[in-house]
Amino acid sequence: MAVRKSLSGNEAVAYAMKQINPDVMPAFPITPSTELPQFVSSYIANGEMDTEFIPVESEHSAMSAAIGAEAAGARTMTATSSAGLALMWEMLYVAASNRLPIALALVNRALSGPLNINCEHSDSMGARDSGWIQIYAEDNQEAYDNFIQAYRIAEHKDVMLPIMICQDGFIISHGVSNIELLEDETVKAFVGAYHPKHYLLNADEPMAVGPYAVSCYGMEAKRAQAQGMMHAKQVILDVAEEFEKISGRKYGFYEGYQLEDAEYAIVAIGSACGTTKDAVDELRKAGKRVGLLKVRVFRPFPGKELADALKGCKAIAVMDRCESFSANGGPLAAELSAALFQAKSQAEVIKIVYGLNGRDYTVTEAKQLFADLEEIAANGRQETEEYRYIGLRE
Amino acid sequence: MRHLTEIRWHGRGGQGAKTAALLLADVAFGIGKHVQGFPEYGPERMGAPVTAYDRISDSEIRVHSNIYEPDFVAVVDDTLLHSVDVTAGLKKDGAILINTEMKKEEILPLLKGFEGAVFIIDARRVCMETLGKYFPNMPMLAALVRISRVMERDVFFREMESSLKHKFAKKPEVLEGNMQALYKAFEAVELVSRPAGRVSSMPSKDRGYRYTASLQSGQLARAAGMHA
Repeated sequence: MAVRKSLSGNEAVAYAMKQINPDVMPAFPITPSTELPQFVSSYIANGEMDTEFIPVESEHSAMSAAIGAEAAGARTMTATSSAGLALMWEMLYVAASNRLPIALALVNRALSGPLNINCEHSDSMGARDSGWIQIYAEDNQEAYDNFIQAYRIAEHKDVMLPIMICQDGFIISHGVSNIELLEDETVKAFVGAYHPKHYLLNADEPMAVGPYAVSCYGMEAKRAQAQGMMHAKQVILDVAEEFEKISGRKYGFYEGYQLEDAEYAIVAIGSACGTTKDAVDELRKAGKRVGLLKVRVFRPFPGKELADALKGCKAIAVMDRCESFSANGGPLAAELSAALFQAKSQAEVIKIVYGLNGRDYTVTEAKQLFADLEEIAANGRQETEEYRYIGLRE
Repeated sequence: MRHLTEIRWHGRGGQGAKTAALLLADVAFGIGKHVQGFPEYGPERMGAPVTAYDRISDSEIRVHSNIYEPDFVAVVDDTLLHSVDVTAGLKKDGAILINTEMKKEEILPLLKGFEGAVFIIDARRVCMETLGKYFPNMPMLAALVRISRVMERDVFFREMESSLKHKFAKKPEVLEGNMQALYKAFEAVELVSRPAGRVSSMPSKDRGYRYTASLQSGQLARAAGMHA
């Protein structure tokens, strides 16, 4: 029996952490993910979890300790945001290249400057090439569900990669809304016990973790790591299918909302998708063929599948909640444009930057964007319109 | 018909506007509603203006933007009336609730000609008489439930009692004071200005829990169960 509650995104993910009860959590607090180590500490103090919580002096140390714990053979998690993730940078690559399936609850927040605590995807998007799997949530329910699925994906023998479960800072992490939680036993049975094949504390198999690799081996190590990311695609789908059996909720690489016969589509990640859905509903009532493509999995990047889902569209707006300062749009727009090119798409594509430093994104803006797409499909796109901002004060 | 009530709270950091918004979401959830309760964070410091929001609906809520055209606005600190445009976007058939010790004549000129219903409550007096300390969020919550009618009075009290019992499981002595604050606040709300008569183009049916300007002024007062 599912349990209905009203929880914030942070409360929901902390609840998933409690139900999974991993072996170790090293963490250093940072807004807006501070509540995660806080809630876990309370659960431990109240005897509801027996995770070994390690308070560390920085996020670099948090990730270092996570790497040590995971390499030793312990199921490990941590949580962070923004500058905290940036300070982990060096160690993110170490965790991934050593094939350590750590789960990181990321509460997305802008990187400086200007100094700002609000939602942006610049933190996780900056880490997109670090070798971590990245899964994003539209709301508290998805943040919870994704975290429950995290270890099954990361620890799969064909994958063995760390995983980042992302939710929008404040908008989701601090917003309370309805949620359906799974029973403890259901979660425990689904996630299962962790039995790593190779681990440092195994006296029968002495091993080194993270040694130097000379040029004649290093490239092969990276190629093998890339293979894990390729395998992750199938594993993500398999785990989602199993998850549907225990929850009734369906997940994949993406969610298409009114996309099947859509001529104009918005592509987005995270909480903006809920807002866009309301705009889609309003415009559908007026007979407009509009739809949403919500990207759930960004690493591995399901380029072919996303391009395929958009194949009926005449004009597409790809939205990035971060600025990559490429002078050519954000990371989702860049990668999806490449995928659309490979798929020989003839659709007009515009690259949208929105929601920086917590700037709000509204139903009105989404409706205007759809109107712009219709205009572009009818009259062609001006060069200057290809990469642009919405919600910017002029 | 989908009933959606949108509420915006204005307070200052430390006064509990966010807590009140989350509490309201919690009690509305308790009676089977779909809810959202969320703060908008500016500078994180005591005393800075804070905004928080509630959406209460009979169906799933997916939108994740702030609320620009609320049905109701609650102002926890009347000094904000000088610096924040609290009635911005507030529906004309909506209402504003202000915590103040000011008189009607003093408060109305500060509302920039807002044409909807204006309610006031002296939450400090309610607090001092019941809790002995100034925590304005409890009286404000009760007053807002009264004017917005997002739930029945008895249901609200019952839900709050069970929620506070749980929250203060280790401090049962504070339950009584908080419940008294809620009861007292429910009675202490005052209607000081009502919409200016009938607007015939405005539909009165299917408007959810809102006050509609199509109600005659006397009906409005009766609808809220009080006399101006």
